[in-house]
Amino acid sequence: MTMRLRQIFYVFLLGMFVGLSLSGLIYWGFTSIWFGNHLTGNLGRTDVASVTPWLAPIVWEGTFDSRVIDSIYKQQNITIATTVFALGKYTRFLKDFLESAEEHYFVGFRVHFYLFTDQPEEVPNVKLGQERYLTVKTLPSMNRWQDISMSRMEILEKLIENELASEADYIFCLDVDTKFYGRWGVESLGRLVGVIHPWFFNVPRFLFTYEHRPKSQAYIPAGKGDFYYTGAAFGGSLKDVHNLTKTCREQMNIDTANSIEALWHEESHLNKYFLYNKPSKLLSPEYLWRDISMSSGSVKIIRFSHVAKNNAEVRPNL
Amino acid sequence: MQSPQGLNGKVIAVTPWLAPIVWEGTFDSFLIDSIYQQQNITIATTVFALGKYTTFLKAFLESAEQNYFVGFRVHYYLFTDHPEQVPAVKLGEGRQLTVLKVASSNRWQEITLRRMEKLEKLIESRLVNEADYVFSLDVDTKFYGRWGAESLGRLIGVIHPGYYQTSRKRFPYERRPESQAYIPAAEGDYYYGGAVIGGFVKDVYKVAKTCREQLDIDAAKSIEAAWQEESHLNKYFLYNKPSKVLSPEYLWQDFKPNTNEVKIIRFSQVIKNYAAVRPNP
Repeated sequence: MTMRLRQIFYVFLLGMFVGLSLSGLIYWGFTSIWFGNHLTGNLGRTDVASVTPWLAPIVWEGTFDSRVIDSIYKQQNITIATTVFALGKYTRFLKDFLESAEEHYFVGFRVHFYLFTDQPEEVPNVKLGQERYLTVKTLPSMNRWQDISMSRMEILEKLIENELASEADYIFCLDVDTKFYGRWGVESLGRLVGVIHPWFFNVPRFLFTYEHRPKSQAYIPAGKGDFYYTGAAFGGSLKDVHNLTKTCREQMNIDTANSIEALWHEESHLNKYFLYNKPSKLLSPEYLWRDISMSSGSVKIIRFSHVAKNNAEVRPNL
Repeated sequence: MQSPQGLNGKVIAVTPWLAPIVWEGTFDSFLIDSIYQQQNITIATTVFALGKYTTFLKAFLESAEQNYFVGFRVHYYLFTDHPEQVPAVKLGEGRQLTVLKVASSNRWQEITLRRMEKLEKLIESRLVNEADYVFSLDVDTKFYGRWGAESLGRLIGVIHPGYYQTSRKRFPYERRPESQAYIPAAEGDYYYGGAVIGGFVKDVYKVAKTCREQLDIDAAKSIEAAWQEESHLNKYFLYNKPSKVLSPEYLWQDFKPNTNEVKIIRFSQVIKNYAAVRPNP
């Protein structure tokens, strides 16, 4: 090959190299976030479902913009009622629950805690932020933790009817043997809100612990069901939560009259309710996790979690 | 800002304020239909067909009867200056059509601007008593696929098919601060199409009233927004975020080729010869 031809050849090779690199770069740019692309802010999860088949959002970290959502709700001057039940030895969970709530739960919004207990003298003195209130309500003691758990439905029903109507816009009902570790904010608000149970969010339906005996009002036939929801956290508008608690209370009474107790108590009835009255929003297991020491791939942030407890030690019965 | 088109062709199914973005594959039609069938609802649907735009009515209505809220109670409200040109289209059970005569206009921009006022008045005078939901749709369009109860919600916007893949700074928002429709450069969630507005009657009323008021303020100052009422709609939706957003499946353009993300075209603007149908260029 002549000198000139070789030069041209080298220039050609160089050109090819540059051209291919550029094409590769451009291709990579368009498929990644880098290249002046519209996917700024990294919002949007494609590894988990962010809507249900009936188009209710499922709230995961990365699906919402806290600033945008906060500013929407700040304009609405809302009050969020929040109920917890701490009977018997469960009062020991109150300090952590309340202190961590002050740090993470609807910060900057008006929150009114309703604390039901049979030991009002055991309620710790926790300093609450501005526009945050706490009302202690005394209940009679009960001998069975299952009864305590189930009676919550009727108490909530009555609370909404008698007191909350003019006082709150939304209500959440939370278990007390828990703690907040991260933001729980207005992204969780909606007409009817269910929380996906942390042990059942990534298993097939046939493993869900629905009540499967037709004799119970909580019965869900095999092959049916959308999600397995936890009884440890649910909420929504007053009207909708009233309907939920009233229905569960009525159905539990029918079961009692028929001498049957659902497998997971009011959680079974809650799941039945949510099957036929679909939540308008679901919260991912970030909003009620197993234990702070456990992790799971899709759950990138733990906002609220059960705390480790010795059942035998805290429950009035086994 | 987040594009509705995610990585690797997977779509993003919620907005940053957690409103669902409706794409094929995100919902179960059977389930959604059964939820809404229990509610005994009426969906009012307004279209404007002035001047030569009456030629679009037959295809619009016939394709709507095949695809639009099939099995639900639908009441079309058809605004026209030529009622005699409204075609006789057979409607299914539970579906009716009311023709409302309006004055002619010799500017298409004027026609499009007046729609907000007409919608506002219609809701005030009739829809508050007659319907649960209302959709306001462009008429130079056709249905090609299911448009059903998955599209219902408190306040509904549709992502404009020409801008669902572009960055915010290239959205054709109104950029002149003198206009009421002004949106500053760094702001905006999506570019919504003016061809589709929907929601609860009361919420669509607020859209129509606000846009109409802002259009009037602009008119008094002799300024006309870049894309007429679509500019004002985009301004409204920025500060009053839709509770549900429809993907470009719900508003396509016949002349656009299909893309990977938009797997089904449900409603699309037909190819038209502007000179032939518009009263003015």
